Amino acid sequence: MKQLKAKIIGNKRIAPDFYKMRLASAYLAKNSKPGQFVEIECSKGGEIFLRRPLGVHRILNDGIEVLYEVVGPGTKSLSAKTAGEYIDIIGPLGNGFFVQRTAYSAQRTAALVAGGVGVAPLVALAETLVNSSKLIVHSKRRKLYVLIGACKKGHVLCVNDLKKLGAEVVVYTEDGSLGKKGLITQGLTSLLSTINYELSTIYACGPYPMLKAISHIADSSGISCQVSMEERMACGVGVCLGCPVKAKSGGYKMVCKDGPVFDSKEIAW
Amino acid sequence: MVNLGTKIGKLQLKNPVMAASGTFGPEYGELIDVNKLGAYIAKTITLNARIGNPPPRVCDTPSGMLNSIGLENGGLDDFIKNKLPPLKRLKIPLIASIAGDDAGEFKELTRGLSKSGKIEALEINLSCPNVKHGKRDFLIAQDEEATYETIEAVRRSTTLTIIAKLSPNVTDIKKVARAAERAGADALSLINTLVGMAIDIDTKRPVLGNITGGLSGPAIKPIALRMVREAYKSTRIPIVGIGGVMDYKDAVEFILCGASAIQVGTANFINPAASIEIIDGIKDYMAKNNIREIKKLTGALKT
Ligand SMILES: Cc1cc2nc3c(=O)[nH]c(=O)nc-3n(C[C@H](O)[C@H](O)[C@H](O)COP(=O)(O)OP(=O)(O)OC[C@H]3O[C@@H](n4cnc5c(N)ncnc54)[C@H](O)[C@@H]3O)c2cc1C
Ligand SMILES: Cc1cc2nc3c(=O)[nH]c(=O)nc-3n(C[C@H](O)[C@H](O)[C@H](O)COP(=O)(O)O)c2cc1C
Ligand code: FES
Repeated sequence: MKQLKAKIIGNKRIAPDFYKMRLASAYLAKNSKPGQFVEIECSKGGEIFLRRPLGVHRILNDGIEVLYEVVGPGTKSLSAKTAGEYIDIIGPLGNGFFVQRTAYSAQRTAALVAGGVGVAPLVALAETLVNSSKLIVHSKRRKLYVLIGACKKGHVLCVNDLKKLGAEVVVYTEDGSLGKKGLITQGLTSLLSTINYELSTIYACGPYPMLKAISHIADSSGISCQVSMEERMACGVGVCLGCPVKAKSGGYKMVCKDGPVFDSKEIAW
Repeated sequence: MVNLGTKIGKLQLKNPVMAASGTFGPEYGELIDVNKLGAYIAKTITLNARIGNPPPRVCDTPSGMLNSIGLENGGLDDFIKNKLPPLKRLKIPLIASIAGDDAGEFKELTRGLSKSGKIEALEINLSCPNVKHGKRDFLIAQDEEATYETIEAVRRSTTLTIIAKLSPNVTDIKKVARAAERAGADALSLINTLVGMAIDIDTKRPVLGNITGGLSGPAIKPIALRMVREAYKSTRIPIVGIGGVMDYKDAVEFILCGASAIQVGTANFINPAASIEIIDGIKDYMAKNNIREIKKLTGALKT
């Protein structure tokens, strides 16, 4: 990890309330892994006091991208920034997804499950899975599924990017305005009951109730499952003990340092 | 030549900037050169392990933050076995921070840490607002007698430098400051966090899982400055100023109010390089103003 000033290369609105920001940093490009995050200073001193954590959305040759939803003052002020400005970043932080398990396992089929803006880090993961193991999408017995759930149409993101990678994308919306109507957990259950492939790993990122339900499904199907968790953060590096998640082994684990990616079996849901 | 050296009890510090307990850890060694600090203060430990409070534990407030960590720590044995060995490699003085339910626990902690070698001073955390202490429903630092008893018990158990960390959640800081001095504290550090709350009006619930938490950051600096000045004027021992120090100007303000050293807390989260920048800033300020020693600046407030 480093604290650095990164130049904003672009900050584009990709849907109402959703922005994609491209940041120039050879260091972050070289050192970031899918599932890691950065802590961004949204305003200098005062109003928006703490840094805001955002997942690494894409790892590029000369920088990274973050994809974020405007939900409050921090993300709002980020959305007002323009190309050419510099922002203060600490990163990359956290552990990231354990991709080897999928990439080198006997059954190289994976399902990525996103809730809303939770798709952000899964794009970096999908790119890495595809690049590190060409087989994953090109063999008849191996496949990459991405299941995206959201409340409504405008909140379903990155579908085309993922399709271009060769992933099979399934969309669910709660109001039925895009894809199938329902929760993404239904999508996962029906996928599991219909596919002929053996799933090696489920990777999930989204709101807590969704992760909990997915962890349950994974458990009862005997599939290994990695979840990317969220908690309010202060330091983002493991010193303040401010971002606990209850661990099955007793006590707490810190989302920023022990996570944000956990084996779903580690969490006391 | 500017001399940034300062003395806290028997501790000779090469500069007056330390990182506050609970806001700093070895992780920051990846971002800054920790050996540039005046001293390293470890997170408060208790005799037995504590799992801490339920989430959420932190949130933003205007110019500050609330935390309700609840002194999560692995206890004395874990500290000595797992946390201390890497800290022994530090080239700067190491200060341990301890909290307990009663004088007996403080004594046991003090004895355990006094023979460990590297530790040169103990900061006695009489003031964490996020935990219940045994049967008491007040903080030790909210009561003169309890403060006296605790510091005296620690004093009898060690020759290490003792720094009593006081709470701002009191009516009269002068009384508690004097009680700690009488009981044998070598120095005082203040302030710890102020008890506060944050509310989510959509859910009509408190933001923090623990309902209340400790307020820190620039929001508390004016209160901290006033209290440091009161403690300075009512005792003769060195004062370590804490509360909302974000840059060298804040640090100089505390020193003018009577501090011999300062601690940087919440600022670490915003800018991990803050402490290092503050050291350089104080040095430049002193050079510009022709002040040779910190001692000359301590309490130099003109009123
Ligand atoms: C590891 C991690 C990765 C994340 N990645 C992304 C991402 O890629 N894209 C994205 O849009 N969002 C992401 N989030 C959530 C994002 O951090 C919050 O939406 C953002 O901090 C909100 O700040 P705000 O000031 O706009 O909103 P406010 O709600 O006003 O924020 C108030 C406080 O609560 C915290 N907070 C609010 N929502 C969350 C949340 N869901 N998780 C953690 N803290 C929160 C804020 O950091 C801030 O301290 C991530 C969170 C974590 C922990
Ligand atoms: C997340 C967090 C954890 C803290 N933990 C401790 C602790 O373990 N022991 C202690 O004495 N003070 C603790 N404090 C208080 C700080 O050391 C300091 O007294 C206080 O935050 C005020 O200074 P600041 O405004 O510079 O942060 C903690 C503060 C924060 C924000
Ligand atoms: S945010 Fe400080 S420990 Fe995780």
